[in-house]
Amino acid sequence: MSKVTINYYDKTSEDREVLDEEVPFPEGKLIVSRTDVEGNITHCNQAFIEMSGFTENELIGRPHYILRHPDMPAAAFGDLWNTINTKTKWSGYVKNLRKDGKFYWVYAVVVANVREGKLVGFASVRRKPSRTKINECIDLYKTMLAEEKS
Amino acid sequence: MKFTMTVSPDFSPDYIAGWYIFNTWLQKQTNESIHLELYNSFEKQREDIKAGKIDLIYANPYDASMLIRDKGFVAIAAPDNKSDEAMICVNNESDYHCVEDLKEKCNIATADDPEVSTIGMIMLEPADLNAENITVLEQKNYVMVAKHLINGSADAGFFLKEAYDDMSKFIKSQVRPIVTSQISVIKHSFLVGPSFFENSGINESDFKELLTTMHENMKGLSTLESMGFSLWNEQSQEDAEFMIDLMDTFVS
Ligand SMILES: Cc1cc2nc3c(=O)[nH]c(=O)nc-3n(C[C@H](O)[C@H](O)[C@H](O)COP(=O)(O)O)c2cc1C
Repeated sequence: MSKVTINYYDKTSEDREVLDEEVPFPEGKLIVSRTDVEGNITHCNQAFIEMSGFTENELIGRPHYILRHPDMPAAAFGDLWNTINTKTKWSGYVKNLRKDGKFYWVYAVVVANVREGKLVGFASVRRKPSRTKINECIDLYKTMLAEEKS
Repeated sequence: MKFTMTVSPDFSPDYIAGWYIFNTWLQKQTNESIHLELYNSFEKQREDIKAGKIDLIYANPYDASMLIRDKGFVAIAAPDNKSDEAMICVNNESDYHCVEDLKEKCNIATADDPEVSTIGMIMLEPADLNAENITVLEQKNYVMVAKHLINGSADAGFFLKEAYDDMSKFIKSQVRPIVTSQISVIKHSFLVGPSFFENSGINESDFKELLTTMHENMKGLSTLESMGFSLWNEQSQEDAEFMIDLMDTFVS
């Protein structure tokens, strides 16, 4: 087992277990969560809770980076936030970190929740990704991460 | 004033009579005159919705989006325990055991149901399949979809789970699901348009009360049963809006 220090965008950091073990995406399901405009989790469905390994209480109110995997380049999330802040749909492949240190890949689509013209939050709906696309992303994210570290 | 009610064309034909019974019940409860107009094509129904000819509708989630966001309809209720789930099925004797076993250029049989097709296409994504690299064989109904699987002219077919579950034992023994969606929040709902509230004596909260308590008396309960429902759960505008956001993530 290895602990990795993950530095978040808001200058906080956490030592998290990171294992090289994948958990398969649950067949036929969607992993759904909603956040406020800052990205703090306000709702999540059962599949989200099960896949993350956290309890609902541990998730609600927490920033969504609770799932951030150290193999994910910061630029991917920069692109996500730049896109959704203009109320445009974002989609991409994301490697997520579970509470137990294992990981799972998703294809995520993030949309703005607009009510009566006002932005009230965001929703992310994740579905089972294609293995071909994941393999492309593994290479791409490695390159991006190396650039970010240099 | 005479109002028009309609039902999404994907309802099960077993319940046609039930919708007429519901309409009679509703007219009595509301003291309004309501005509039930049923369609067998989504397209024709959508034309009439766009032309403002519909006041009340049991809508599929796909159309709910347009009705709520563009036409000012209000979400009233959704039947309990009835989410819309899709299945991808294959011939029972085929070697297909998961979606990833399906390959490019395969033939997919579908019925004319935009919602099931959307969810079905999403469930094909893990196999790198999309509209460009498969052949879609569009059928009139789910029995025809099953036929194409049984006679081998399609590799896989999309079904509404409810439609598959209602098929004969004989068909089900020959047609096997390889994946079933478990989305649970996407469902048909009963919507009422602004013209109804403007021109009838009923407001939104009274309407909600009417539907969500109808199972409490015998007449209401038997009406529900004739439509294949047990009861209506209240659906808030936010429930409906969120379902629409969710559906929105399905279109690229
Ligand atoms: C609706 C929504 C869903 C999100 N889902 C995830 C997620 O599943 N995994 C993840 O690592 N980040 C997710 N994010 C992005 C995080 O907010 C955060 O930007 C990211 O984890 C990177 O952390 P950092 O910004 O602290 O570096 C989501 C953001 C939003 C608005």
